[in-house]
Amino acid sequence: MKILVCISHVPDTTSKINFTNGDTEFDTNGVQYVINPNDEYGLTRAISFQEQQGATVTVVNVGGPETEPTLRKALAIGANEAIRVNATPTDGFFVAKQLAEIIKNGNYDLVIAGKESLDYNGGMVPGMTAGILDFNFLNSCTNITVDGTNVKAIREIDGGKETVSTTLPLVIGAQKGLVEEKDLRIPNMRGIMTARTKPLTISDPVEAPINTKAVKFEKPAPKSAVKLVSPDNLDELINLLHNEAKVI
Amino acid sequence: MSILIYAESSDGKFKKVAFELASYASKVAESLGTTVTALTINNTNSDELAQYGVSKVLAVSNEKLNTFTAKAYADVLKQAAEKEASKLVILSSSTDSIYLSSLLAVNLNAGFASNVVGLPISTSPFQVKRNAFSNKAFNITEINTEVKIIALAKNSYGLHENSASLTAEDFNPSLNDADFSIHIDSVEKATGKVAIADADIVVSGGRGLKGPENWHLIEDLASALGAATACSKPVSDLGWRPHSEHVGQTGKPVATNLYIAVGISGAIQHIAGINASKVKVVINNDPEAPFFKVADYGVVGDAFEVVPKLIEKIKAFNAQH
Repeated sequence: MKILVCISHVPDTTSKINFTNGDTEFDTNGVQYVINPNDEYGLTRAISFQEQQGATVTVVNVGGPETEPTLRKALAIGANEAIRVNATPTDGFFVAKQLAEIIKNGNYDLVIAGKESLDYNGGMVPGMTAGILDFNFLNSCTNITVDGTNVKAIREIDGGKETVSTTLPLVIGAQKGLVEEKDLRIPNMRGIMTARTKPLTISDPVEAPINTKAVKFEKPAPKSAVKLVSPDNLDELINLLHNEAKVI
Repeated sequence: MSILIYAESSDGKFKKVAFELASYASKVAESLGTTVTALTINNTNSDELAQYGVSKVLAVSNEKLNTFTAKAYADVLKQAAEKEASKLVILSSSTDSIYLSSLLAVNLNAGFASNVVGLPISTSPFQVKRNAFSNKAFNITEINTEVKIIALAKNSYGLHENSASLTAEDFNPSLNDADFSIHIDSVEKATGKVAIADADIVVSGGRGLKGPENWHLIEDLASALGAATACSKPVSDLGWRPHSEHVGQTGKPVATNLYIAVGISGAIQHIAGINASKVKVVINNDPEAPFFKVADYGVVGDAFEVVPKLIEKIKAFNAQH
């Protein structure tokens, strides 16, 4: 089985979010980057397919040279090889077009992408990639097993879950639950050393229409201070929630 | 040329998001000088949508569509959009709608913006404001395609009544086997519990509860309020609660009317996941807990004393209202 894991290079979850250039660009100053957490769940599941079922795992990112340390980290965790599509990821459709091209050329059977990235939160790349290729698509996937080309999986739904069966080729939108938190891997020294010699191929982008563009960013208005209520006066809390906030 | 919305149902009844979507779409339709058509699937109560400004319903009845299948539903929506010559399709941000939206965008060659908050900033060029960076910022996105899709963030517009006279017509889209290539074997839904995604109020517990044996405090408070229960990441990582209840940046997002955090300190990742909620209440014995910086109302006190008292007060309040 050939697995492709799509990796977004995103600001660490504790990052302060600021913008520059008249609020048209994300301010990368002082920001630490990580593998997008939903992608990391997917990568971890892919590595266990590699260890248990002899799958090969390729990781791919659409981005500039600054994203390579994130791909190297994925290699250190255990991916066999990496591809960087050398382009600025302008919108979800553009990224999906690039991924579709890589998938077509590499004959991947299973494509794993986080169901959403923590920066733009578009949540559209996995589905668009499947749509372009006419692959099966399962979003919000919390469990997957593969036997030959047969797939059993679980999808989280609002208020529960559903069990599905389908076949490869398949794209899944990965999320929390796909692997256990304790199974997430921190690269060890040996992994980091071998990652340096694993192949990282740079690929040229294909053309794609500009369907959407981010024109500007805004930060939320500053919040007013919390109103404290004494634990001995909870009637006041009920009163505030009922009469002021009007939520009960 | 009308705006098309997908009015979602659950167990044959419209979900609240269907009415929010109708309210929103009818306001957008007003500014574009058009009307709203709703697609419904296996739901015969079309009339309810008229109250929120929908003037036409395309009603699909088909047994094959009893269980949600993203590809089939996206195919149905595509055919509905083409029939209505819709240039704008508006969806909700439910798990199902998000799932089908990206497939529909490819089907319709449409530019797609998700997590949209508020009415379009401009209709020509078409620009919308959306949540980004896990609710730490907004992003203004321009959609340049002829057909556009937007997904409205939950609870970001609310319900606004605006009666329209409605005509309903049966709609029989053609379906093919490929639409059902993901076969649903079984569906498990927690019964008698409010789902986080559908809840108006969410009560959430953190490590301050000290152990899973104390979870009845959260459940009792939630039950007094008719709320869903949730938890912080450490609580799900420790296995006190299932991961499906974890809310936060890497867990479930919460955009509810009232979010009550009990014994949750308020790590930045937790706040990012719940910040879209309208009113936030924190109960914590540490006045320095970061949650107090983002909450609207706070109680500094021991959860084991405050929560039982609060439950009594809410029961008394419920008895009067």
